Amino acid sequence: MILKPRLEDIKNIGFYLGRIIVGLGLTMLVPIFIGLAFGEINPTLDFIIGIEITLILGLLLQKICFTEKDLSWMQGMIVVSLSWLVAMALGAIPLYLSGHWKSYLDACFDAMSGFATTGLALVQGLDHLSYAHNLWRHLIMFIGGQGIIIVALSFFVRGVSGAFKMYVGEARDERILPNVIDTSRFIWLVSITYLILGTLALGVVGALNGMKTVNAFFHGACVFMAAFDTGGFTPQSQNILYYHSLPYEVITVIIMILGAINFKLHYHIWTGNRREILRNIETVALFISIMITFLITAVGLKQFGVYSEAIVLFRKGFYQLISAHTGTGYQTIYAAQFINEWSHLALVGVICAMALGGAVCSTTGAIKMLRIGIIFKALKEDLKRIMLPEKAIVIEKFHHIKKVFLEDRQVRSALMITLCYLVLYGLGAIVGMFYGYPFLNALFESTSAAANVGLSCGVTNINMPAALKVTYIIQMWAGRLEFMSIFTLIGFLVAAIKGK
Amino acid sequence: MMRKPKVKRQKAKVHNNDFIFYFYLVLLTFSFLLLPFICSAQPISSTELINNAKQYDGKTVVYEGEVIGDIMRRGDYAWINIYDGKNAIGIWINTSLIKDIAYVGSYKSRGDAVEITGIFHRVCVQHGGDLDIHAQAIRKTISGRPIQERLNTSKRNLVIVLLGVLSLVWILSLLKRK
Repeated sequence: MILKPRLEDIKNIGFYLGRIIVGLGLTMLVPIFIGLAFGEINPTLDFIIGIEITLILGLLLQKICFTEKDLSWMQGMIVVSLSWLVAMALGAIPLYLSGHWKSYLDACFDAMSGFATTGLALVQGLDHLSYAHNLWRHLIMFIGGQGIIIVALSFFVRGVSGAFKMYVGEARDERILPNVIDTSRFIWLVSITYLILGTLALGVVGALNGMKTVNAFFHGACVFMAAFDTGGFTPQSQNILYYHSLPYEVITVIIMILGAINFKLHYHIWTGNRREILRNIETVALFISIMITFLITAVGLKQFGVYSEAIVLFRKGFYQLISAHTGTGYQTIYAAQFINEWSHLALVGVICAMALGGAVCSTTGAIKMLRIGIIFKALKEDLKRIMLPEKAIVIEKFHHIKKVFLEDRQVRSALMITLCYLVLYGLGAIVGMFYGYPFLNALFESTSAAANVGLSCGVTNINMPAALKVTYIIQMWAGRLEFMSIFTLIGFLVAAIKGK
Repeated sequence: MMRKPKVKRQKAKVHNNDFIFYFYLVLLTFSFLLLPFICSAQPISSTELINNAKQYDGKTVVYEGEVIGDIMRRGDYAWINIYDGKNAIGIWINTSLIKDIAYVGSYKSRGDAVEITGIFHRVCVQHGGDLDIHAQAIRKTISGRPIQERLNTSKRNLVIVLLGVLSLVWILSLLKRK
């Protein structure tokens, strides 16, 4: 028998959702400040309208649903899944008001793409967008990359034992420090430190490349936020091609890899345990996976003679590959070149890299390396069981911060999430094919959306069908939250309709 | 016997028609093959260049659009990016040719519209494999201008109304707590 949700459940969800909305609204102060600093009148008004609507909704929800009770697991999960939808709807308001998006749906698409750190974009006239709006596009990637809940936990939610439930709901099941709020703050410490260093590095290179100093550092901050959070937005329409600079590409590759590493691993590196990089199952799996997928891509490019020079093949092939594997989506080629010039084999290499992703508890999407490592360990264990004498006791271990014995529970969880991702990639591809796109194009774009990558082969554009835009929004949302909180929300809605 | 010359005439006419057909076919084929060279006089869109990059590779092309972003000087040369309404393409140009560029496209200005004549590269080995154009000549077609931003009064009014609502909600929430 399904139980109908109680009023208490709805009040708890509404109250904490209200708190998170207020937190999100306050982040709009940053683009307001930038708009004022650059003397952009109307963009500043767009964000003032955005912050006002957000605060009104947040305060109203907190007032109507006021409670002092803590969150249950189910409520925590629903707060998370709803937070991301509400963030999309509210974050899209200033974007839509700018007039650079054809419809509110397009603005929502870009807002979800930003929060989910995907990088697919439907903006028009990007090269004429204001500093305030451009900063907001990248800031939402920074917020989404760390996690909307992490933002709220760090600054706006205090002393709540239900915090861990929301933290887990946002696809972060690893606690770096004993306290989840301290963990959130550590994630911000890492991100802000790298933000300062990354902005300085990119800013200096940009200035040396001939950009105006203000632009160089503004672009540096934006590109860092999108690269570290494996997002993929850029301030100009040409993506990374705009800069025409090898040092810029090298720095973004380093930042993308830093973003794809587990925050727990960052903590151990920061505290002096550098050997962990070499032993950790995720970094080993990531290294092997990059090598294999790059080999496939390089063979595909060589076969078709896309790049005659080896150095050019490496520069173009490796950049797109790393961008795909880390889930960033930065491109140094035009979207159409993927389909017109790259061979199917090279595209398959990139699709595999997108589908696999980076580390858990990082800013990347997709299946992730820990799960791939666990599945391979389980396969190895089963092969050993077949080959060794029946009486032999087979134990498989892996190193992830500490030595961990492989358990069926871990394998089941890894396989289940992997299966969900594969289904999500496939469903998006089917919808794409329904609208007439060839199989490989549809699979490429679907994987890119669901794995929160952002590489595009040209399917994503303002003229694509609205249903396909909605499909990609759902894929980005589900892929970012890793399904569990979304399944809980669906279950809650079913219970509300069918429950007794 | 009387009909034979007529048949011959008809056959000759058919042969003539065939000759004209094949002549036009050959002419058309040649025109098509020479299209990239002939087209160099007419501006080619970025979409056409990107989608048919192999066809235009190494050819002299004319490309027109708005100068956007920064002019990035690198010694005697500079990178400018030209946006034609669909895509922007990087132009590698001698700094002596860009003296006339006064405005670049941004939120606060409409960039100069320029017509570039140069060599198109699908994979420019000199620039790490980028798709670019090495400019030989530049012509300003339309001058850019600063964009005067006017206050949007509808937005301003909405800000005021929402501020009133927000203040009311905030006061109500404070009362509840007390």
